[in-house]
Amino acid sequence: MSPRVGLFDYGSGNLHSARRAFANAGADVVLTGDLDELAGCDGLVVPGVGAFATCMTGLSQAAGVELIRDWVASGRPLLGICVGHQVLFEQGTEHGTSVAGLGIHPGTVSHLAARRLPHMGWNTVEVPDGSRLFAGVERSRFYFVHSYAAAPVAGAGLVTTARHEDAVFVAALESGPVSSTQFHPEKSGAAGARLISNWLGQL
Amino acid sequence: MSVALRVIPCLDVHDGRVVKGVNFTNLRDAGDPVELAARYSAEGADELTFLDISASSDGRATTREMVARCAETVFIPLTVGGGVRSVADVDLLLRSGADKVGINTGALARPAAIDEISRAFGDQVLVLSVDARREPGMPSGFGVTTHGGRRSAGLDALAWVREACDRGVGEILLNSMDADGTTDGFDIEMISAVRAIADVPLIASGGAGTVEHFVAAAAAGADAVLAASVFHYGTLTIDQVKAGLRDAGFTVR
Repeated sequence: MSPRVGLFDYGSGNLHSARRAFANAGADVVLTGDLDELAGCDGLVVPGVGAFATCMTGLSQAAGVELIRDWVASGRPLLGICVGHQVLFEQGTEHGTSVAGLGIHPGTVSHLAARRLPHMGWNTVEVPDGSRLFAGVERSRFYFVHSYAAAPVAGAGLVTTARHEDAVFVAALESGPVSSTQFHPEKSGAAGARLISNWLGQL
Repeated sequence: MSVALRVIPCLDVHDGRVVKGVNFTNLRDAGDPVELAARYSAEGADELTFLDISASSDGRATTREMVARCAETVFIPLTVGGGVRSVADVDLLLRSGADKVGINTGALARPAAIDEISRAFGDQVLVLSVDARREPGMPSGFGVTTHGGRRSAGLDALAWVREACDRGVGEILLNSMDADGTTDGFDIEMISAVRAIADVPLIASGGAGTVEHFVAAAAAGADAVLAASVFHYGTLTIDQVKAGLRDAGFTVR
């Protein structure tokens, strides 16, 4: 039976590609902001574009903070994408203002120390041994578009890093039931499709 | 490890069909956009840019439907430009499946639109499209044009790029109207001049004819290279362009 994936619609950007990408990988996708509908899903995808603070506000207004905390506490699989990855960390700092994140991953999200920003395009990643998310696509490139990122912190789970100029940052994190990617798997062609399918295999 | 130089086919769209002219005139039909998009994606395109040249709101609605169909099957970033003036225009395009939106005349008419759009969606969604050409009266020697290069906007191209970056665009699509449609090569002088003042990613456009042209644009500092007719008419494949760039020492996907 197809795994049922809840794609959390809390007003953050274009979700069509994500919906299609997960459906193509074999999921039965529910695109909704309705918490009851999401509760019946096998896995939860948290997307996010734009600013950290805006996404946190959107999540709060959609009762997403409790949803995500409860989801993770019950040990169910979750995948955060882009700013949906960033909000899982403890804190985000943009334009000198800090906003609390969900605190599921240790560490903070801040401006990348690089000249050419946004970091935009297809980059390689450094995958640790034992990653299930990247099985078969360890050497692939993925599509990034962001100016903020989390710095790697020890003891955070399986951390996949990427590098832009001299800045090394968290490209993906796998920690128990929680996985998240700074890049967009739904925009990363065949490599992204494989990663999505790897995640669905854990549901 | 570094981010790869992007190769971007550009599809000029008129009422939902892909067309390509020389210097924006003599439009010729170049095929079904969704088919072309899927083909380019399979051939290794790193992104796709659609430029909507429809004049009517019906034409633009048809284009949005076309973008939505592309987003269903093509899983690489899609940029859509043409007729963008406001947050509402950008919202419609993002909802249709665009990942990034290009703004040109709309920003010239009302520069504050840049601030409003980047505040609403983040600067990473907004690409400033600049049609520039040599204009001796301008301090930098390059002026901004409108109406497909036929009219001067009375604005220095470099000053405009600086202002747009300050207001909040995530990328510059630099189209040389001197080179556009010629297939004589990218405008290296113009690319270098803009590169020197812009820290956001720079897409070079206009004049591509041979693999060597792409290499020269990359050497001048472009983060991405965009072309239309050489790909549409099969003069070059994306693979050939990437092989040339790789041989010249540039990182490609």
